[in-house]
Amino acid sequence: MTRLPARLALNLVVALGALLMVAPFVWLLSAITLSSAGIRAGGAFLVPGDQLAHNLSQLFNTTGFGRSLLNSVLISAIFTLLAVAVCSAAGYAFAKFRAWWLSALFGVVIVTLALPGQVTLVPLFKMMVSLGWLNSYQALILPNLALPVGIFLMRQAILSVPDELLDAGRVDGAGEYRIFAQIVLPVVRPSLAALAIFAFLTTWNDFVLPLVVLRDPSSYTVPVEIATMQTVNGTDSISLIMTATAISILPVLGLFLLLQRQFIAGLLGSAVKG
Amino acid sequence: MAESTTTLARGAVKVRSARRGRLERRRARVALTFVAPIVVLFAVFKAYPFGYAFYLSLTKNKGGVTTFVGADNYSRLIHDPLFRKALSNTFQILLIQMPVQLVLALVIATALNSGLLWLRGVFRTAYFVPIVMGLVAYGVLFSSLLNPQYGAVNDLLGHIGIGPVPWLDDPFWAKVAIAIAMTWHYTGQTAVIYLAQMQSIPKELYEAASVDGAGAFRKFRAVTVPGLRPAIVLSVILSTIGALQLFDEPFVLTNGGPENATETIGLYLYRNGFQFFDFGYASAIGYGLTAIIVLISLIQLVVLERRER
Repeated sequence: MTRLPARLALNLVVALGALLMVAPFVWLLSAITLSSAGIRAGGAFLVPGDQLAHNLSQLFNTTGFGRSLLNSVLISAIFTLLAVAVCSAAGYAFAKFRAWWLSALFGVVIVTLALPGQVTLVPLFKMMVSLGWLNSYQALILPNLALPVGIFLMRQAILSVPDELLDAGRVDGAGEYRIFAQIVLPVVRPSLAALAIFAFLTTWNDFVLPLVVLRDPSSYTVPVEIATMQTVNGTDSISLIMTATAISILPVLGLFLLLQRQFIAGLLGSAVKG
Repeated sequence: MAESTTTLARGAVKVRSARRGRLERRRARVALTFVAPIVVLFAVFKAYPFGYAFYLSLTKNKGGVTTFVGADNYSRLIHDPLFRKALSNTFQILLIQMPVQLVLALVIATALNSGLLWLRGVFRTAYFVPIVMGLVAYGVLFSSLLNPQYGAVNDLLGHIGIGPVPWLDDPFWAKVAIAIAMTWHYTGQTAVIYLAQMQSIPKELYEAASVDGAGAFRKFRAVTVPGLRPAIVLSVILSTIGALQLFDEPFVLTNGGPENATETIGLYLYRNGFQFFDFGYASAIGYGLTAIIVLISLIQLVVLERRER
């Protein structure tokens, strides 16, 4: 039907572009197997070295990375669980209940999307100081928990759950809380997954707030640890910085390749459906 | 949506019997328990800090004593050459980067949507995967890739006889470096948004255009671009808001240098707040930023919406 040369050319150009997008990952994979000197000599690209084990043991034994990794894992896990609970409950109220104050509240949620979070940086810092929450997990978990994107995503998903389904539950004598937990949530499970992924990404990669409220190195999260290694050590420990970076990408990359559908829905949900 | 639900609710209340009214009130109480957590969280960690920041922006902290100074911080802001520099840096990066990203994303989305492409799923994954990387992670990675001494980018450019380019060391190239990093990170995401919207354009429109004798390019201009307009408007506004808050990339890549060429409003706010501990001025910068974001978003909305008609 179509001429083969045109088709070949299109595929070639798209493949070249795709290669360009993936190249930094390939470079990183190669860099973590080299020593800092090896990277500085420009050795990284498709040529694996033999320093990976050394880099890993150095990273976990001589820097605070292990502790930071544990902090990040715990904070992100707790945050994700709580955010899913809080945002889906709010999404249910916004989708299936009618009241003027609910509409007004939903307006507030939408406006918050556009306001720059940086304005709240200084006040949040002062709040955490007076609460004695510097270096704490809750200082990172609570401020972002009411995710506007998450609330919006869940509202859109629950809007499409038929009212008849909920009424059927009521006829069977189920209370509102049971209807939510046993009828609504199972139906919107794909959106819950999307929300969970979005919430996980948000905390896992969060940088500014941790940078401000984490003062003690033992409380650092992975991004703060990596940025500190970068500014303090510069290129002397470039192989360790790259190894840390690779490890920080690993869980997210794994999630992405396993759950690509939900992942894309989570990142785009609000934009596409809105 | 919001108006229709409120009018509906109002109309419904009038005709409803007392018993239905009681049921409604009970349901409202239930709704309240569902939104209570986010109401508390919004009040404590969003509304209160926003208000508190405004109060702080009217004060000055000298030796631990906070004094009320009225609009002093704001008049300082208007005349601050560094704030203006940060603002103009941000706009320069935005004006280079956003059009490039928009066009690239359109091209990529069109290619990914083409029936002539093999392995569409694989390619879509490849273009989308950069967004997976956290801001600090990709900042650190790009600072190595673009390193003027040993970076792979200069290495590759050297092979085709270009360079060495003083990425990160030169005021102009440092901005370009940040724009390149941002384009790599965000273009695939934008392309996938466009792709999703493209796939929702009715096939009949393309068929009708074919009947009218339109070629591929003409169909793109007359059917695809108008169909994509909502997604394009949204992505332009969101990228602008994102770029105005640019922080992580310059923090990791250049720390605002060289010669403040990559200083952004976010970095400047952070410096004033957490290096000079001038909370009042940092808060004024935050409100200045908010004002600019609101203003630009409104202008973009009006301009882009009008063009639609």
